[in-house]
Amino acid sequence: MSEHPPATFDDFLRGVWRENPVVVQMLGLCPALAVTNSVANGLAMSMATTFVLLGSNLLVASLKRVIPHEVRITSYVLIIATFVTIADLLLEATVPSVHKQLGPFVALIVVNCMILGRAEAFASRNTVSRSLLDALGTAAGFTVVLVLLSAVRELLGAGSLLGVDILGPQFEPWVIMVLPPGGFLTLGIGMLLIGWQAERQQRRTAAARAMEAA
Amino acid sequence: MTTPHSHGAPATLDAEPAVPSWRLLATLGLAGALAGGMIVTVYGMTRPRIEAHRAALVESAIREVLKAPARWDTLYLVDGALTREVAAGTDARRLERAYFGFDDAGAFVGAAVTAGEPGFSDVISLIYGLEPTTGALLGMKVLGHKETPGLGDKIEQPAFTGQFDGLLTPLAGVKGSTGMPNDVQTITGATISSRTVIKIINNATERWQPLLQAYLRGGTE
Repeated sequence: MSEHPPATFDDFLRGVWRENPVVVQMLGLCPALAVTNSVANGLAMSMATTFVLLGSNLLVASLKRVIPHEVRITSYVLIIATFVTIADLLLEATVPSVHKQLGPFVALIVVNCMILGRAEAFASRNTVSRSLLDALGTAAGFTVVLVLLSAVRELLGAGSLLGVDILGPQFEPWVIMVLPPGGFLTLGIGMLLIGWQAERQQRRTAAARAMEAA
Repeated sequence: MTTPHSHGAPATLDAEPAVPSWRLLATLGLAGALAGGMIVTVYGMTRPRIEAHRAALVESAIREVLKAPARWDTLYLVDGALTREVAAGTDARRLERAYFGFDDAGAFVGAAVTAGEPGFSDVISLIYGLEPTTGALLGMKVLGHKETPGLGDKIEQPAFTGQFDGLLTPLAGVKGSTGMPNDVQTITGATISSRTVIKIINNATERWQPLLQAYLRGGTE
């Protein structure tokens, strides 16, 4: 990338769908499974991750010429850890109950490969504006998956959405959905559906191409 | 940096001019200082709000387990005895404490203490109100736990915590109601969590009751 291609909408869209961090790249699975037992937790985790992604991509992209190659990973981790600590403090100051439920998982954003991955694979080689779009896209992709996962799990596991009772008192909650196995189950079924859909689409485009050729 | 076997080192290492060590050190040192500065700033900005939240939590918990006292005093545990004043130089925030509640007439109603012990997954911490002379409980509230959702987390629901009001210590965990003044009905599917709560209160009472009684005796003399 010696030339600097201009920032495009694709920089954003790529992270949301085609290279979705969770369901396509399989990164950030730890928070995606651990904190999605309620929509509020999923949203708070997404917001914290978005903040850290934006901050780290911004700093890494603007400092890429200053940071020597030998210590780049150390520097990236330092940058990420700083933003994570700030996000942790801000969450505790604004939404203490959610912060308490997220427990150690906010601090664990530091070791989320998704963030270090975007810093090393994208922000360290691209312009600031493209890196910011990339961070927004990746964060949006992460948020969509976390919110969907947590919505399914909270609805089936507690009969509510964002704490508001939806399914009524006669609904017997499927407790397993808010326990760890429910996370694996929901994510697994979700990935199955996505993979199936992608395969079907591929077959359809292949068939369309064959028709054209004929 | 020198390599012990220079002849065996890959050629690519020599091809790129090495960045001097001082530059690496300077970069990391500067980055560390900046990161530290940012964190300290945000910590200073958020600290008042975080502490206010925590204080509000403790305050509402005391109100709950002492059944809405008119006022309460905070007593600190220093050298095995309760005291109202802390010697200058000691950090009062690190001391264990008991909250002495008083009703509208100024009469002592009971003391609230916090305690915690490992439950099914992690430490269960709770606060409870105790009438030191009779050993009767005023109320109990779970402050923190990581018990299994849907099973162990029922220890914080009123159906369980409500049982403790007026019970006599030492408590005993039972299945089904017996009507005895020290029986707590354990939760089905959360026997360990329920028993832990009972154990925490019994152990803490064994430790705190003499301390509280000693202070009250000293106060009336």
